[in-house]
Amino acid sequence: IIFQGEGCRTVPLSGHVGFDSLPDQLVNKSVNHGFCFNILCVGETGLGKSTLMDTLFNTKFEGDPASHSQPGVQLKSNTYDLQESNVNLKLTIVSTVGFGDQINKEDSYKPIVEFIDAQFEAYLQEELKIKRVLHNYHDTRIHACLYFIAPTGHSLKSLDLVTMKKLDSKVNIIPIIAKSDAISKSELTKFKIKITSELVSNGVQIYQFPTDDESVAEINGTMNAHLPFAVIGSTEELKIGNKMMKARQYPWGTVQVENEAHCDFVKLREMLIRVNMEDLREQTHTRHYELYRRCKLEEMGFKDTDPDSKPFSLQETYEAKRNEFLGELQKKEEAMRQMFVQRVKEKEAELKEAEKELHEKFDRLKKLHQDEKKKLEDKKKSLDDEVNAFKQRKTAAELLQSQAQQAGGSQTLKRDKERKK
Amino acid sequence: PYAGSVESKNEAAMSELVPEPRQKPVVPMKPMGINANLLGYIGIDTIIEQMRKKTMKTGFDFNIMVVGQSGLGKSTLVNTLFKSQVSRKSSGWNREEKIPKTVEIKAIGHVIEEGGVKMKLTVIDTPGFGDQINNENCWEPIEKYINEQYEKFLKEEVNIARKKRIPDTRVHCCLYFISPTGHSLRPLDLEFMKHLSKVVNIIPVIAKADTMTLEEKTEFKQRVRKELEVNGIEFYPQKEFDEDLEDKTENDKIRQESMPFAVVGSDKEYQVNGKRVLGRKTPWGIIEVENLSHCEFALLRDFVIRTHLQDLKEVTHNIHYETYRAKRLNDNGGLPPMTVETEENHESNL
Repeated sequence: IIFQGEGCRTVPLSGHVGFDSLPDQLVNKSVNHGFCFNILCVGETGLGKSTLMDTLFNTKFEGDPASHSQPGVQLKSNTYDLQESNVNLKLTIVSTVGFGDQINKEDSYKPIVEFIDAQFEAYLQEELKIKRVLHNYHDTRIHACLYFIAPTGHSLKSLDLVTMKKLDSKVNIIPIIAKSDAISKSELTKFKIKITSELVSNGVQIYQFPTDDESVAEINGTMNAHLPFAVIGSTEELKIGNKMMKARQYPWGTVQVENEAHCDFVKLREMLIRVNMEDLREQTHTRHYELYRRCKLEEMGFKDTDPDSKPFSLQETYEAKRNEFLGELQKKEEAMRQMFVQRVKEKEAELKEAEKELHEKFDRLKKLHQDEKKKLEDKKKSLDDEVNAFKQRKTAAELLQSQAQQAGGSQTLKRDKERKK
Repeated sequence: PYAGSVESKNEAAMSELVPEPRQKPVVPMKPMGINANLLGYIGIDTIIEQMRKKTMKTGFDFNIMVVGQSGLGKSTLVNTLFKSQVSRKSSGWNREEKIPKTVEIKAIGHVIEEGGVKMKLTVIDTPGFGDQINNENCWEPIEKYINEQYEKFLKEEVNIARKKRIPDTRVHCCLYFISPTGHSLRPLDLEFMKHLSKVVNIIPVIAKADTMTLEEKTEFKQRVRKELEVNGIEFYPQKEFDEDLEDKTENDKIRQESMPFAVVGSDKEYQVNGKRVLGRKTPWGIIEVENLSHCEFALLRDFVIRTHLQDLKEVTHNIHYETYRAKRLNDNGGLPPMTVETEENHESNL
């Protein structure tokens, strides 16, 4: 085989070929397929996570506000089908429920990390399958994590730092200051600086808007400096001037959501959706997922040692694990079967006992009955005997009586005759 | 929108023969899904632009293989397709290289750019195919090469520390050149296509079609189509991979009427009606390569490059490669060990 691949030279075209339509062909196929985007909102109860999502996507997503009495942190996930022009987006919004409400928050980050890992795991499982359908797989991996910071105006809470540190190698984190209408402009600047420096000093890697493509480098670079975005959410529309706008009305004035002088909502929408959505998806797949996959495979005992045996080792280990699993399954089956047999035996024994008892009782009763019967028969016999005896005596007595009568009669006759004489 | 006119499907004549890329109609916003009523512009349709920018930055790979006996004009056709010298022609009879004793595989890569789109095009030539006296199993080296590329990709894919973008050397498209005998397919043609249509996208083309009249061409094409059908050979676009009704109708037309494309290739230009056109000059006239009434080159070019290029790659990746991978992972090392001569530079994380 002769290959002249690396360092191949550019050749000029003498006319229009037509492969410049390739990006369009690719994009058309993606459009036909539809897109997926998954956002995770992490933040304490009451920071306006649901409202912000409603505002971002201009809809009213379903769901009731959560209470503060959740025993632990849970994640609630909902998927929606959105359509704009010819783009079909399957949007999944995952929110934490009960985050920051517990007295002991040591394990609060765990359900979140587990959830993110579970999505990676599902994808990895599909990827490792022998017969797989990756191009039709509904990607549930989290592409962006919006971390809601409470607008205290001071600094990050330790819960925030701990959680973000645990998440930064697994997901693209975009920190935002929630309900930022609670902070004045000057305090906000100080707050942002404090947050940024705390993140840096704690080594938390938040998502950086990419600056390698000239067309977006400038805007992304500027936006990077505005992080964390101070946002306000509102789905209520108020008449301001002669337009209807999303706003929050206070006695001292009205905060307009889409007014860049009031808050960074527009910046967030611009960055999250209109400029970097694709990059967020790509980073999730090429960086975070690859890291997860690498760690997981190493954990399972794979190594990139022998180039020739890679497909084999993957398969061998897979086979070994499968056999192990099957073996365990068999053992469990055996155990269960034994238990079943045991139970059946016990039940049988019980039943036998009961049967025996019944038989005994029956025998006793039968005997009793027979005794009674015998007694009765004896009594009857004796009575019969008595009756017979009586009858005999009666007949005998009657006979005697009749004899006596005859004799007496004759005597009476005799007496009468004698009298007459 | 790219350079070149876009005609709606309802226009007659031209659009019948030239499959134009589908443009999805702009659908007005409407409520969908679970209580999701869109009240204003969000901007999710910008993802199309974002995606396009990214793909243009990464660039594309395309690997095309040409198979057929020598002298059928393979190299010329590829050069005509891509309007550049991407394939080294073995010119005429006084070439220095002798016909190889076995089938050789020669892969040469070039980078071409158009409209900001960079493409690394690799043309894989197969000199010696069908040229021997005894051509038994001459498709085997070709099948072997194709599988080797799948193997290379698979090895990269199962790495623990993977490259961000795995280099794609898999054959996306195989142009099989049929000799314009006017009669029927040769046994070698059938054997090759039977074996290889299972592992790669095969596009049969009738070479040097300027030796047939229009009637001869139509009849020959019909016979070839019938023979392929009778022998159960599924050429690209394969019926079973049509994704939706739109695909099916479009592809059915191509499968049942246009293919196999009867082509003529040339890299020489002539003056015809005041225009410079690519053509072949004969005593009885100039055959214009890109004139649809002369030959179907333009159809082939539009089909392979302008409308189905991405699909060729996707079918290779999602179907042929997956089939190879599934078989490979299932077999307990049943396939013979394959040696790849290129260097492997994977990252070791020990």
